[in-house]
Amino acid sequence: MAMPAPDQRIIARGPQIVAALRAVLPADAVIDDPQETRAYECDALTAYRCPPLAVVLPRTTAEVAAVMGVCGGMGVPVVPRGAGTSLAGGALPTADCVILGTMRLREVLEIDTDNRYVRVQTGVTNLSVSAELEPLGFFYAPDPSSQLACTIAGNIAMNSGGAHCLKYGVTTNNLLGATVVLTTGEVVELGGPEMGPAGLDLLGILCGSEGQLGVVTEATLRILPRPEGARPVLIGFGSPEVAGECVANIIRSGVLPVAIEYMDEPCLRAVEAFAKAGYPDCPAVLIVEVEGSRAEIDDQIARIRAIADALNPVEFRESRNADEALAIWKGRKSAFGAMGRLGDYICLDGTVPVGQLPYTLRRIGELSRQHGLEVANVFHAGDGNMHPLILFDANTPGDLARAEAFGADILRLCVQVGGCLTGEHGVGVEKRDLMGDQYAPDDLTIQMQVKDVFDPDWLLNPAKVFPLDASATHRARAAE
Amino acid sequence: MSIALDLAPTTEAEVSEILADSHARRTPLRIAGGGTRVENPGPGEPLSLARLSGVVTYSPAEMTLIARPGTPLPEVRAMLAAEGQALAFDPPDPGRILGRNGTPTLGGMVAANASGPRRLLAGACRDHLLGVRFVDGRGRFLKNGGRVMKNVTGLDLSKLLAGSHGTLAVLTEVVLKTLPLLPARTTLAFPGVTETTALRIFTTALSTPFEVSGAVHVGGTAFLRLEGLEGQLAYRRDRLLALLAEHRPEVVDDAPWDDIRDAAHFATGGPLWRILCKPTDAPGICTGLRAIGGDCSLDWGGGLIWYRGPGNPRGLAPHATLIRRAGVQGPAFPPLPAAVARLQDGLRRTFDPAGILNPGLMDA
Ligand SMILES: Cc1cc2nc3c(=O)[nH]c(=O)nc-3n(C[C@H](O)[C@H](O)[C@H](O)COP(=O)(O)OP(=O)(O)OC[C@H]3O[C@@H](n4cnc5c(N)ncnc54)[C@H](O)[C@@H]3O)c2cc1C
Ligand SMILES: Cc1cc2nc3c(=O)[nH]c(=O)nc-3n(C[C@H](O)[C@H](O)[C@H](O)COP(=O)(O)OP(=O)(O)OC[C@H]3O[C@@H](n4cnc5c(N)ncnc54)[C@H](O)[C@@H]3O)c2cc1C
Repeated sequence: MAMPAPDQRIIARGPQIVAALRAVLPADAVIDDPQETRAYECDALTAYRCPPLAVVLPRTTAEVAAVMGVCGGMGVPVVPRGAGTSLAGGALPTADCVILGTMRLREVLEIDTDNRYVRVQTGVTNLSVSAELEPLGFFYAPDPSSQLACTIAGNIAMNSGGAHCLKYGVTTNNLLGATVVLTTGEVVELGGPEMGPAGLDLLGILCGSEGQLGVVTEATLRILPRPEGARPVLIGFGSPEVAGECVANIIRSGVLPVAIEYMDEPCLRAVEAFAKAGYPDCPAVLIVEVEGSRAEIDDQIARIRAIADALNPVEFRESRNADEALAIWKGRKSAFGAMGRLGDYICLDGTVPVGQLPYTLRRIGELSRQHGLEVANVFHAGDGNMHPLILFDANTPGDLARAEAFGADILRLCVQVGGCLTGEHGVGVEKRDLMGDQYAPDDLTIQMQVKDVFDPDWLLNPAKVFPLDASATHRARAAE
Repeated sequence: MSIALDLAPTTEAEVSEILADSHARRTPLRIAGGGTRVENPGPGEPLSLARLSGVVTYSPAEMTLIARPGTPLPEVRAMLAAEGQALAFDPPDPGRILGRNGTPTLGGMVAANASGPRRLLAGACRDHLLGVRFVDGRGRFLKNGGRVMKNVTGLDLSKLLAGSHGTLAVLTEVVLKTLPLLPARTTLAFPGVTETTALRIFTTALSTPFEVSGAVHVGGTAFLRLEGLEGQLAYRRDRLLALLAEHRPEVVDDAPWDDIRDAAHFATGGPLWRILCKPTDAPGICTGLRAIGGDCSLDWGGGLIWYRGPGNPRGLAPHATLIRRAGVQGPAFPPLPAAVARLQDGLRRTFDPAGILNPGLMDA
């Protein structure tokens, strides 16, 4: 992965930069010891690493503003970082950058159930927001699988989704307001508890901007009353195509499940070996979860059963109690761990129109044979968000490169069938150079011009999202 | 100002030509969909998108609709309903409150981010917008987003364009998510209640998991709407009736939700404002509004106040937009904090360097 050469003038000024940061932050909030900055050299895309110039860990919006004032004034690139769980290299440092970690901003500032919002500092973890709300009978809907670790800041920057987003949407659909620090150090309030922004929807472009526009320090999030209950069913099918048909038929029927998850045969095999979840031995399994009162759930499951029965499933398993429900989810939840035991893998993230799922799965199988690498599929079928896992051996020279080439082919396939390069993990550095496959040059230019408005000197999160050749002129102009 | 015939392109290429030409000559345009709703006081020649119309693709099984901006909303509604689907955000037909008889278009709907009572549960128009094609103020053809439910590839300009009221670009194609039409509906009515009581009813009802899809207060009556599968409705209705018994609810089967959605009760008489606020602030704001004269109603569980009256509500509630001028001068949109205004200005100059798109409409 090519990264631009670090600016030696900035590296040479390292000690002055660190001194300037120390002047505005408490002593424990600035780290420049190379032993300690190593901990920030990569995110969950561990194939790429680079220790930063320094790391700052502020505790308040004012401290973040002070950091941005210093870095903006001295022309130092800043990489915002939450928990570092990005799978796209979104928080990958450069040697001439300061990592701005927001994980110490972790206060829950206000819970207002009457108006159904919560205001938090963005370093709180996703799961702890829902934990705070649980005793009040509310929850925060976006639930990425990394929710134990990932922060609201990272969720906003990546517009993260989760298993339940089929019904409740992703982060952008649940974000009401944000406090943002610009590269000038200026603090801007976007949106708030009102339903609808004044003026242009700046919050809408901030969400999912991958740290390109500003540093988010506080957020107002929409919260929802907890459902009375939820229950999954497991349906096994004789072919991926029929499973795909079942998904479409459920959606058309008027039942709106909270989740429809799909697992294919290689994935099921790995899961069985690892978690012994007792899944049926068949080419495709769906897990469909519905919510409501007991009667509502019964009613919805009866409809789903009728739809599935018409397609001759290998098995239709209803959970009758909490243990059986857990057992159904157990395999799905351990899928990534199970695959990890088989070897190294890269986890892709593309979205295709639901109707294209069967064709896409078939093509992925063909590509797998061409590239000579195994692939397993486990994904959010209801919205076509696929996560092919490509298995390779990190110790075999050239294997990673082959896996990456295979991955790029799959993502291009997603675009060809009318989908997109990433449904939830973001572009980061990982998919940066594929952007030209999805967008024409002008489409990328207008996005980069929007960044110009927020970050005229291109200091925020360098070399992410936009292909290096496309962003060269913007970066060069800013460096003048 | 020109009084020539409307410019009415029928293709994206013509839109691009017109905009490139206006950009070069720095001549302003007033962008119109149905051309019927917005009272745009600014200068410029009308550019009508009404003839750039028609559905490009509708795939019910994928829950996506791709259409050109001039496509009339009623036509789309009927087409989706035939497949048992709908636009879940309940877009209003605001023609009545503006005393016009045109037909709202998909382009105008998206440009205004128009969303009805179901916004509470389903989100706004922008939450259902999957992608756009558009022409910016230089005449460049551009696109953003796509036609899939989840997409985080690059900056989400679709959100920015929804609600930009034609000040950044002209939309030439919109991609919207459709959802199953909810087969059954019932309404709980609470007659003779004040806004304060209505708010208590809303807060209670919206803290339940019963998926209330409308919470409004009109003419002294509070209404709660439930929609869904038959089996669900009876259960949810009965639970809410029990929870709210002290407020003497009545079950109404044919409450006028289309009229409520379109604010038809304020179809005539004087300036009309649309105010966004924190729901629990609504009763206090309403008291203040009545003190400066006029009348109000609540939507979105108190988060949206319609105010018809002679006073200027901005002193009481900052997020007030003037929808029907009826002689009132001044900016329609609320003023913005300086830093936000500067960013907004920067974006407008980026998308439309010559300032030809609806100048004066959204300006600070
Ligand atoms: C096991 C596993 C499962 C996952 N499952 C899911 C899933 O189901 N759904 C999903 O969507 N994602 C998933 N992810 C990806 C990842 O967890 C999400 O993208 C998450 O939102 C990142 O949060 P973070 O706090 O770790 O952010 P980081 O990784 O630290 O940063 C992510 C991005 O946000 C930017 N950023 C961080 N803080 C700020 C800030 N304060 N202001 C501005 N920008 C900032 C960074 O620059 C970077 O571009 C998964 C990851 C793992 C490892
Ligand atoms: C100041 C104001 C604010 C409003 N806010 C809301 C709201 O928040 N929610 C709501 O439900 N209703 C709102 N309305 C009503 C809203 O205008 C209508 O719901 C909708 O626009 C009617 O569609 P139309 O085709 O008649 O639009 P028109 O009246 O023709 O146009 C509506 C707006 O969209 C622009 N526009 C139209 N077509 C295009 C296109 N193809 N590309 C780019 N821009 C285009 C116009 O320039 C204009 O700004 C508002 C009205 C006004 C006057």
